[in-house]
Amino acid sequence: MSEAVRFHFTVDGDDFTSAGQASVQVKKNLRTLGIAPEIIRKVSIAMYEGEINMVIHAGGGEADVLIFEDRIEIHLCDNGPGIANIDLAMQEGFSTAPDNIRSLGFGAGMGLPNMKRYSDSITIDSALGKGTKILMTVNLS
Amino acid sequence: MKVCDVAEKFSLKPLSVADSSREITGVYIGDLLSWVMGRAESGDAWITIMSNINIVAVASLADVACIILAEGVVPDENVCITALQKGINIYTSDKTAYELAAALAQCLL
Ligand SMILES: Nc1ncnc2c1ncn2[C@@H]1O[C@H](COP(=O)(O)OP(=O)(O)OP(=O)(O)O)[C@@H](O)[C@H]1O
Ligand SMILES: [Mg+2]
Repeated sequence: MSEAVRFHFTVDGDDFTSAGQASVQVKKNLRTLGIAPEIIRKVSIAMYEGEINMVIHAGGGEADVLIFEDRIEIHLCDNGPGIANIDLAMQEGFSTAPDNIRSLGFGAGMGLPNMKRYSDSITIDSALGKGTKILMTVNLS
Repeated sequence: MKVCDVAEKFSLKPLSVADSSREITGVYIGDLLSWVMGRAESGDAWITIMSNINIVAVASLADVACIILAEGVVPDENVCITALQKGINIYTSDKTAYELAAALAQCLL
């Protein structure tokens, strides 16, 4: 199998004005590669929610997008506080976002549910004090 | 109906006109960004009163046709500048979200 196309991003943890930039760039790159619009939309939404979570909850992190022949993988990795209870965090409406973040329109507790909904598979590896690693896969066929 | 035709018909005030020939195919109303992200459909006109910079990325990634700010909301100038750069249409109107949706329904239904 041919080598995957890879995009790497460092997600800044304290710049809200540029939050989402990596996802917007990925959208552009996927368009250039001629990926189907429905797939681009799924990847964009799933990645944006993960990117924003790293900004809001983890002080930033790293994002890698790998494009294979049959799938796109989104790898997110941060050294933030970790998620205490993943099942609870996955529930619609659960959020620990503070008021100043909520006033910007975040904190509905819909980000992780969106990530699950718009990816074909998601694995979350997180523990308190250890940070969070997320892998989302969107199938191309 | 095209964004530019809707804007003219309902006297929407242009704040960023980047791609006004885009077709509006539906409407989504909401201020909570991850609801919009998850539920708005490609081609929707997004009606909101949320006006901070993050609406530009959400509009881009959710692929909405335009943002219509209701209740006369006007964002910071940098929001409009960024929107223009990123190809996002933004308009504002003194109408409420309900009035805007009802008006758009005339064109879409
Ligand atoms: N990378 C992360 N590091 C630490 N905690 C996280 C991370 N991602 C999510 N969480 C925790 O999981 C909760 C739920 O996340 P989710 O994205 O669903 O909602 P939210 O970010 O609070 O609000 P929304 O995404 O709707 O704006 C968060 O409030 C936070 O407590
Ligand atoms: Mg979130």
